[in-house]
This record gives sequence, structure tokens and C-alpha cells, in this order.
Amino acid sequence: MAARAGANQNVLHPESKAEHAISTLWWVMLAACAVGFGVIVILLFLGWLRRNRESLPFGGGDRAGMVIVVGLGVLVPIVILSLLFVWSDIYVLPTTEPPAGAATKLSVQVIGHDWFWEVRYPGTAAVTANEIHIPIKTPVDMLGTTADVIHSFWVPELNRKVDLIPGQVNRLLLEPERPGRYRGQCAEFCGLQHAHMAMYVFADPQPVFRAWLANMARPARKPRTALTRRGARLFQSLPCAGCHMIRGTGATGTAGPDLTHLASRTTLAALTIPNDSAALAGWIRDPQHDKPGNKMPGFSLTSGDTAALVAYLESLK
Amino acid sequence: MATTVTEPGLERVGRLERIWSEPRGALGWLITTDHKRIGLLYFFTTLAFFGAGGIEALLMRTQLAQPNEKLLSPETYDQLMTMHGVTMIFLFVIPMTTGAFGNYLLPLMIGARDMAFPRLNALSYWLFLASGLFMYASVFMHTAPNAGWFDYVPLALKQYDPGRNIDYYALGLIFNGVASTAAALNFIVTIFKLRAPGMSLNRMPLFCFAMLAVSLSLIFALPSLTIDLVYLELQRNVGFHFFDVAHGGSPFLWQHLFWLFGHPEVYIIILPAFGIATSIIPTFSRRHMIAFPLVALAELLVAFIGFGVWAHHMFATGLPTITLVFFAAASMMVVIPSTIQVFAWTVTVALGRPEFRAPLLFIGGFIVFFVLGGLSGIMFAAIPFDQATTDTYFVVAHFHFIIFGAAVFPILGGMYYWFPKVTGRLYHEGLAKLSFWLAFVGTALTFFPMHILGLLGMTRRVYTYPASLGWGSYNLSETIGAFILTAGLLLIFANLLYSRFRGPASGPDPFFGGTLEWATSSPPPPYNFPVIPTVRSAYPNWDRDERRRDAERLARGELVLDEGHETPATTVRDAFPDEILEMPGESFWPPVLALMTAMLFVMLLAHHYAVAGIFAALALATLGAWHAQEPQAE
Repeated sequence: MAARAGANQNVLHPESKAEHAISTLWWVMLAACAVGFGVIVILLFLGWLRRNRESLPFGGGDRAGMVIVVGLGVLVPIVILSLLFVWSDIYVLPTTEPPAGAATKLSVQVIGHDWFWEVRYPGTAAVTANEIHIPIKTPVDMLGTTADVIHSFWVPELNRKVDLIPGQVNRLLLEPERPGRYRGQCAEFCGLQHAHMAMYVFADPQPVFRAWLANMARPARKPRTALTRRGARLFQSLPCAGCHMIRGTGATGTAGPDLTHLASRTTLAALTIPNDSAALAGWIRDPQHDKPGNKMPGFSLTSGDTAALVAYLESLK
Repeated sequence: MATTVTEPGLERVGRLERIWSEPRGALGWLITTDHKRIGLLYFFTTLAFFGAGGIEALLMRTQLAQPNEKLLSPETYDQLMTMHGVTMIFLFVIPMTTGAFGNYLLPLMIGARDMAFPRLNALSYWLFLASGLFMYASVFMHTAPNAGWFDYVPLALKQYDPGRNIDYYALGLIFNGVASTAAALNFIVTIFKLRAPGMSLNRMPLFCFAMLAVSLSLIFALPSLTIDLVYLELQRNVGFHFFDVAHGGSPFLWQHLFWLFGHPEVYIIILPAFGIATSIIPTFSRRHMIAFPLVALAELLVAFIGFGVWAHHMFATGLPTITLVFFAAASMMVVIPSTIQVFAWTVTVALGRPEFRAPLLFIGGFIVFFVLGGLSGIMFAAIPFDQATTDTYFVVAHFHFIIFGAAVFPILGGMYYWFPKVTGRLYHEGLAKLSFWLAFVGTALTFFPMHILGLLGMTRRVYTYPASLGWGSYNLSETIGAFILTAGLLLIFANLLYSRFRGPASGPDPFFGGTLEWATSSPPPPYNFPVIPTVRSAYPNWDRDERRRDAERLARGELVLDEGHETPATTVRDAFPDEILEMPGESFWPPVLALMTAMLFVMLLAHHYAVAGIFAALALATLGAWHAQEPQAE
């Protein structure tokens, strides 16, 4: 995949129409605010120039002062605020909102968990976690809910954020203009590992996305080597299967992320560590080291067992 | 001001001394009803909590100084973050501005001899102290509140937070709210009934208008928080389902009730700062405030409109668009009273003959930070921008410029300004200016880069962050700024502490102030004024002839009230003399009642409900005994 766009969370690096509108709003407001701030600083500076003069006025200049206060403090702000209100809250606001339900071609369901993102594609069997794939130049309807506390879905370069709240579905439009990998992060405090609840949105051309989704919808690959078969047996016999789902096997847990195609993901633990054999082995030994407080217990396995388990999981492409 | 006191005058002053004197030593402080002593108790208590909140902030800033720092565990970070917010808002700024500044200054500014309800005033302090200690007990038990000061459900429910952490928060804030409500009622009655003869509402100092606005806000905002906290405790410990979707409840209930309190709270925090600014600016600009009635009106309007904007804290929760637009419009409206005040302050300085001594420098810093924080605040009324930057460091930058830069700078400037009044000594001006510049540079360096971090996508309330996002250098400069700021604050306290013992004598009115606190000696006597002043303008201490006449009145025994523990009451609007009030004196019932109430809350926390009932009964019995002891008309 050609990752042209950066993996940053820069609000002012828009990669969608909605985010372009928000970023323009910012630059215009910044310019207006700079002028307002300048006026106040000039008035204070005028006072500084008149400092420490003799004589005690106690009054005078009341009329001039009143004119400035009413003019700059009431009339000018009313005009500027009215303009800002009409522009931002009447005109710009609709461009960042999700379109009517039927108008989008694709829905992605995102379910916040302590502390990872469950991702589903309604109408298909595909389930993944923390790494969302969508096509470019296609309005995608993100349907956000939560499995536990309030989280907030935010991919700064694509659109505004929206909270994931118990008891309701909040929607958000995702429509990147270019292929790329966009980073996002939970924006509502959700407990101990709020800091390690990040996600990637991969935006790909339509065919690439279709191929990815087709693979994602399939059940897990069967283990082909002795080592991965040993790993698969371990996964079923250890407590792993009680919390994680590997579709097409006896592992049907739902407390942790779906691992059916774990090896197709680039990171582990909601972007906390990279997805490679060493990091995965370290994670299985002591999941509390990099992400203290998460629900996964550590397992003291022999190095052979660890290698088998890692080999199996890394075969789940 | 210095006046020649005649023989019969001296006799009357002697009688006042005898009538108003309180026992010396620790006992005197325990049972005091003197608003000035209660103000000082508040001052030192809130200063201690400010220290605690500051240490919490420095620990967090040190943890965030670089990516992937391991100084604090996530659990410790969350507790520090929550206690920092709760402390700075409920245990520092509000009790400092109302309890310390308001208590000490308000009766002096309106020419009264005490607050309207001196024993209720003492009770407010002891309840406040007990509620603060109650909440801080959690820190020593390592179970401090950990769901943020905003304490959103379901995170704060027992299911996700099974310890006592949240119970300390909920019970502690209910407890704290009792103290604040009592204090607010006391201010309102004092402002409306105890103003000196002639101080009609249009001549009342702007500081008092600010305190009136704050008190009215507190009275109407606190019930919303208290109800929310009661619901939370009922759900956590008794099995109710207020916030539980599965049983017909809603997490939105918490958010609406919380912010219906929480946004007026922002103005409760900032309004006293406006009051302090409008005290310091005229004195050092050597002229009265421009647009005085507009500023008074604006202070009250801010408090009023502040009740109609709460949902702008919830723009990302998926509320209907029409709701968002309504609250965005209200949020823009609340800007106007603030712009009126900003221009009134700056134009007053610009049209005056300003003398930039330390208190006015702090007000200059206050104006700069208030404008910065205010302008970024307006940006949040642009809904799409709010939805992009809410819950990021951009918000942290915005509200720290408001509640540190704008709310605390006037407190610091006010400490210098009224230091001679409280101690009778002058602070060191050179060191005071140095402390200002340290605090100013420190504040700017700590909070300004947070805007950039927010725009770079750094979310709030994270205990660490990855190195790959380029946030490290901004965070490091913020941490450096925090330590520079700390140096500035320590220099302020060192200056004041040194000057308390070694500073030159200040006399009653070193800055030539316009309001009545400067018309009496420094420190003021227990009865505040030998003669209740008569007021003919908004700056009565600048009416030199009128103040000279006070000495003649003392000789004649007019408005001296030296026959009892008395202060005059006047009519609400015009301050015509109404009646003479017999004021209650020192009493040990307020601290006893506070102790019983504290035990009640401790027992509720410990789930010993029967024992809690016993303490509730004891508290009621204490209240009965207290009232049996009220001074009776003879």
C-alpha cells in the first residue's frame, strides 16, 4: 500500500472535504482573533505610554471611554459573532455531518471497548480490531457504539470526533480523498489505558479494499506446519479462547479483540506495540508491561510453547 | 485615613474595642465570628490546598515531559489528574475568592462591621475545611477519585470503579456544596442589607457586584451538582439505575446535570477575578472605572447567561443539530458582557494615569490571558471546530488561560494589593515585579504550546504518549514553563512572608484607594470602622471631605453604635438607614456542628448507615443548642 499521507493526527492537515472545512474555519478565526488581541494589546500599551504622570484626574474622558466600550465592546462583537455564527454553525456545520443513512455506500460499525476498537462491516462476516480499512472517495458511514464506558472516535485528518455512548448509535462521515494511513485516538477519558487506545484508518483504492474485505470475511486459515498446529492446540487449551474469537475454530470469546486475521494487522494492543514475533511474544508473556491495567493476564509458557503460539498467530493472515 | 480623635471619641473607641474583642490564641481562632479572622482562616487553608494542587500538577507535567515516561503509573496519574481539578476548583479558587477575599473585604468595602450571619460564616469555613480534609483523606488511603473532575458515567459507576474512590468525590462535593451554599446566602444578605447608609446599589463597588453575581450563581448552580451526586451515590451504593441504559436510565442525565452546574461554575471561578481587577485598576490608574454601570450589569449578565450554555460541553455527544445550534448561539451571546468588561478595563487604564506597580502588572497579565483564553473560547462556539478540538490539549490551553491566567492572576495581584491592609506593612516592590514576570512567562510557556498540541491531535487525560507524533518538544517546554511558574509563585509567598515581619509600615491607605476598606486603619480593628461611614459616591474614600466628617461624627457619637455588638442595616436599593442589628458574637457551635456533619459523611462513606443516622441526630441537636444560645432581644 502506498502510504502517501502521514500517520499523524494533525487537525490542520486535512485529507477530506469535511476536515478541509474545519481547517479553513480555524485559519479564518485565528486571523480574526489576532486582530482582536492586537487591539487589546494596543490599548494596554497606550496606558503604558501614559504611566506615572503627575496629576490625579479621577474622571474625565468618560464620554470617549463609553463610546469605545459600547462600540468595540458591544457593536463590533455583535457583528463579528453573528457572521461567525452564520458561517460556522449554519453553513459549515452540515458539511461535517454524516449524510442521511441511505446516501452512503458503505457502513462500518465501530464498538469501543476498554481499551480497543472492535470493527465490523455490516452485511459481511468481517470483524477486525483497531485497524479500519475503507475505500477512498466513497462516503463511509461510521456507526459508533460502545461495549462499556464512553469512548470517542476521532481521526483528526478525516473529520470531527463523535462520542461512543451506551444506548445510542452515533454516526460520522469518513471520506478520505487520498490513499493513506490515518491515525486516530480515543478522545474521551475511559480509564487506565485511555492513552493506549489508538487506531489506524487505512484508505485504499476500491479494488484493494474489496480484496481486503473479502479476506477479512473468511474464517481463519488452517495451521499448516507442525509448529503452527501446536500453537493452535495451545490457543484452544490455554485460557486464550475464552476471551478471543478466531472464526472457524473453537475460540469464540468476545472480551478481547477478534484474532481471526491478526497477522494482517500492523500493530498490537490498539497501536501500543508493533505486530512482529518479538513484540507478540513479549505481549503474551507480560501484557501488563506495555499496557498496565488491560484485561489480559500474563502466561508463563516455555519458550517452545511461546514460539508455537506466536507462529500460529502470525500465520493468521 | 488619619484623623484627629477627640477625648469623647477615644472613649467611644475604647468601648468598641471592649465590645468587639475576641479571646486571644488558638481558642479565639476556633470560635471566632470576625469576618476578617474567618477570611484569614480561609486564606491559609485554601493556600495549603493550592500547594497540594500545584504539586499534583508538577508531578503530571514531569510525567508528560517526554514520551513514554514511566514516573507515574496510569492509576496514580488518573488520581492526580482528578484531584488536581477538584482541588483547584473546589478547594482553592472558589473558597479563596469568596471565602478569603470576599469574607475579608466585602464587609469593609460596604462599611459594615461583619457579615450578616457571622456564625453561619464560621460554619461555612469549618464545613469547607472538613470537606477538604475528607476528600484529601482519600489521597492518603491511595483511593483518591480517579474518573476525572467531570466524573462521567458509566466510568464512575461501581462496575468500572469498584473502590471507594468515587464515593470520596461524590460525598466530598455534596459536603463542600453545603459550605458554599451557606457562604453564598450570607454574601447575598450582607450585600443587600448591610451596606453603609448612602451606598445605594449604583454606588456599590464593582467587587461587590461580582460577589453578588457569584453568590447568585452558586445558589442556583450547586443544587444541580448535588442532585447529580446524590443520584450517583444512590446508583453506586443502593442499587438505583439513574444512569443505567439497560434499566431505562441514561448517561446523558449525568452530563446535563453536571454541566448545568459546571458551566456557571466557570463564571463562579472567573467573576471574583473581575471584581478584583475592577478594584485594582481604578486605584493604580488614578481614575474611576469607565462605563461603571455597564460593567456592573455585565457582571450580573455573565452569571445569568452562563446558565444557558451548558450543552456546549457536549457538542460531540450526538445531540440533535438544532440543540447544538441553540447552545452555540447562547455561547456567543455570553461573549458580549465579557467584551464590555475587557474594553472597560483597558480603556480605564489607557485614559488614566496608570502606575504599573505589581498589582496592576498582575491585572495586565490577567487581561492578556483572559483575552487569549476568551478568544479561543469563542472558537468553541463554532460547532465544527469544537467537535474537532474538544477533549484535546487545545481545550486544556483554553481553560487554563481562563482559570489560571485570568482567575488566579488577580488573586495574586490582590494578595499584593491588600497585603498592606491586612498586615499594616508594605511588600517589596522590586521582588514583586520580578515575581510577576516569572509567573507571566511561566504561565505563557506552560499553557500556550498546549494550543499547538491540541491541533496536532494530542488528546486530554492521557498519562503518556508515543514518541512518533512529534509532541515531545512542546510537552518539554510546557514542563519547563510549569517550573518557572512555580518559582514565580514561591517568590510571591516568600516576599509576603518576609514583608509580614520586616516590611515597612504602610499606614492605612498606601495606594490611595477609592473604596472604603482604605478608610480604616491597617489592619482594621475588630469593629472595622469607629464610625459607620456615610457614602455619597462610588469611590467614597476619594471624597476627602466626607471622610474628614467621620471624625466629627465620632466626637458626636453619631453612627458609632458603641452601646452593643451592633451594625446598621439599610434598605435594599437605596441604602436608607433601616434598623440597628444586634450581631451574635463568638461561638463554639459552628465548629462542633461542622464536626458532627463531617462524622455523618465519614459514616456514609464507610456504609455505617445507622451510625450516620446517629451523627445526623447529633448534628440536629447541635443546631438546636446553637439556636437556644442566639442573642435574645432585651
